[in-house]
Amino acid sequence: MTRHSLARMLQAYAVLLMILVLMVALTFLSDSFLTVQNLLNILNQNAPLAILASAMTLVIIAGGFDLSVGAIFAMGAVASAWIAVNFDPYVGLLLSPFIGLALGAVNGLVITVLKVHSFLATIATSLIFKGIAVVLSDGRLIPVRMPEFIWLGRGKLGGVFIAIWVMLAFALILSFILTRTTLGRQILAVGGNQEAATLAGIRVNRIKILTFAIAGFAAGLAAAIATSRVSMGQASAGAGYELDAIAAVILGGTSIYGGVGAIWRSLAGVFLLALINNGFNILNADPFYRDLTTGLIILAAIGISASGKRA
Amino acid sequence: MTGVARQDAIRAHGLGVSFGGVSVLRNISVDIAQGEIHGLVGENGAGKSTLGKVLGGYYQATSGRMDVFGQPALPWNPRAALARGVALMHQELQLVPAMTVAQNVFLGIEDRTLGVLHRNLSRRLSGLMASSGFALDPDAVVSTLSIADRQKIEILRALARKARVIVMDEPTSSLAKAEVAQLHQTMRALRADGCSVIYVSHFLDDILSVSDRVTVLRDGDHVLTAQARELTKGRIVAAMLGGGKTETPFPPKLPSPDPTPALEVQGLTAATGVNGVTLTLRKGEIVGLIGLVGSGRSEIARAIIGADPATGRVRLAGVELTNRTPHRATKAGLVMVPEDRRRQGLVMTLPLRPNMTLPHLGRFSRAMVMQRGKEVSKATELVDHFQIRPANIEGDISAYSGGNQQKVLIGKWLIGDPKVVILDEPSRGVDVGARQRIHEAIAELAARGTAVLVISSDIEEVLGLAHRACLIDRGRIVETIDPDQSDEAQVLAALFRHQSSPETSATA
Repeated sequence: MTRHSLARMLQAYAVLLMILVLMVALTFLSDSFLTVQNLLNILNQNAPLAILASAMTLVIIAGGFDLSVGAIFAMGAVASAWIAVNFDPYVGLLLSPFIGLALGAVNGLVITVLKVHSFLATIATSLIFKGIAVVLSDGRLIPVRMPEFIWLGRGKLGGVFIAIWVMLAFALILSFILTRTTLGRQILAVGGNQEAATLAGIRVNRIKILTFAIAGFAAGLAAAIATSRVSMGQASAGAGYELDAIAAVILGGTSIYGGVGAIWRSLAGVFLLALINNGFNILNADPFYRDLTTGLIILAAIGISASGKRA
Repeated sequence: MTGVARQDAIRAHGLGVSFGGVSVLRNISVDIAQGEIHGLVGENGAGKSTLGKVLGGYYQATSGRMDVFGQPALPWNPRAALARGVALMHQELQLVPAMTVAQNVFLGIEDRTLGVLHRNLSRRLSGLMASSGFALDPDAVVSTLSIADRQKIEILRALARKARVIVMDEPTSSLAKAEVAQLHQTMRALRADGCSVIYVSHFLDDILSVSDRVTVLRDGDHVLTAQARELTKGRIVAAMLGGGKTETPFPPKLPSPDPTPALEVQGLTAATGVNGVTLTLRKGEIVGLIGLVGSGRSEIARAIIGADPATGRVRLAGVELTNRTPHRATKAGLVMVPEDRRRQGLVMTLPLRPNMTLPHLGRFSRAMVMQRGKEVSKATELVDHFQIRPANIEGDISAYSGGNQQKVLIGKWLIGDPKVVILDEPSRGVDVGARQRIHEAIAELAARGTAVLVISSDIEEVLGLAHRACLIDRGRIVETIDPDQSDEAQVLAALFRHQSSPETSATA
């Protein structure tokens, strides 16, 4: 009985345990790991991914997948830079999330109206979005070296990068939505049992569209931060981000079958992935082994949480 | 057929089956002769399908013993059964829709060399079809075929495995008359070849016309086995019902004094098998729908609330509900407790409390933010009211018993003030205590002025609860009866009478 509940605890908090183990190991292996500066750097570098993963959590809990967030990110990067150069840098940063919101809503509509699986629909839309970004940018970099533009990605507030504050605020808001609001309850119900949710009077399609719109918003927001940081927009930005975000969500322990999950889990997933990267950097380890190591750790984490569900 | 004492194909002695501590079959002793068509009949829930599945190797008996062609049936599972010549044809056909007829028939028994398939499936199938008299295009993809054709594939599949005993579980439920006749012809052909057929059905005419012997079950008990020619429909119905049934008292029926119609349904028709249903429920009235399996009872309910597209008019307290969807219906106060708790009713990934409040999130929130205290106190109140056990509002709903799950499902609609509640199989698979509590809740709803539509396979339940009962056959109301003036035998007899009336054919 106690052994059983201990095993369940380990499963539920596997990601935190792995973070702890890795942190202890890195602390012993390198003096430069456990410093405020290094930890803040890790958070800062991964703020855009954390924002993406937080929103992806809602999509996955509602029973969907969004493979287009990387492409929406690219649209956000190109659009914010273009608007900044041709119009106004503040407007560029501000509009990026809302362009993402609109594209995410398009995803949601395609999925619910055409009744196609989100996996397929977002593969198609991601090509379309990416294609538009390439056309808009004419395949070139759009440099934006304006202080009014780069403050978001590089600036600090109270000694901490603004990007970290934005990430924390966004994750807290999504967490609040998921755990405390009617929308969150409906997302959990739709992913848990769509038929039962429908018969309880929930407008399932509307909830699904909302989760994709939120994911799009997050991709636009993450793009604004990243574009501001590198001070240029390009259509190749964000490539592969959708898979990183999904990996982080799953690594955190959110069920890919929907209905169960939490935002903090995905943040922990992002942090764990970031620690692996950071470890390779500060230990000067051969980066050729980075993907291999990351893959093995993801496999281990998924294995641990799956072993509980087979009972 | 007579002559030397032939070995029985299957000889079962004292079989018992229980699922999770609930006994569904008790002390069944029956033997199936070689070259015999053996009918299995009983009311809905009497255990006829379960017995068929035990004989066919799909379920294992929890007590008793079984011999198959003289050898003890151990181990007994679908694979072992097939190896011993016993094949089961499921009610829900087990075919691979994307494969062709021939591929399905020979699935798992393909001719092959080192894993490479021989390209002779069509030829093999032609031979099989010639000897059995079935004609199908070997290369047709199963998903494009009618259910009747798919059934033929199942039979061919059994024959391809050289089955000597074929268990057919409700094989005619979706067949047209001519196809039924054809199936019976096949059964006779199988019998002539010395094969045995175990024919599970609730169509008594069909059973009597083709079976050699008939076994009747009632509530999991073996009532009788007799030669079909010595039986009549009346005798079978009497055996199915038995004498004194153990009655749980029903709550007293309150008169429904309010003549105001709560729900008016007119000419409701849906592609799912609803053929022009017209029905009115008054405030505080309990109306029952009675029909055999496949008569379209649940489909009527789904069409009313807009879960399936349907034509026809539905008016709720005098206001027409247009463009019905479950969302609109629920909002207007027309709700349904679905038949399948696990698939359609509960969200298993959420605990008890959110399951209960799911349709009423607006009531437990302000500006979209959930008010947890309010939610907790309401859920606690309902758990007390319905004596839900375990009495833990944060409990894992998937671990609750069927009866307690059902109380949660019914309780969740009591939070609102629905004008009409449709209950589909409210007490299926629940224990006696929960059943009684559920019946009280139904009476409670009606006493509050809610109109209640009860759909149940349990005729006694409908008669005990409802002010009025409608008999359903082939998606329409064929007769309306006064439950206080009818008993179960009369109702069942009426249902079978309508079923065999040829006025409209089952399939167009």
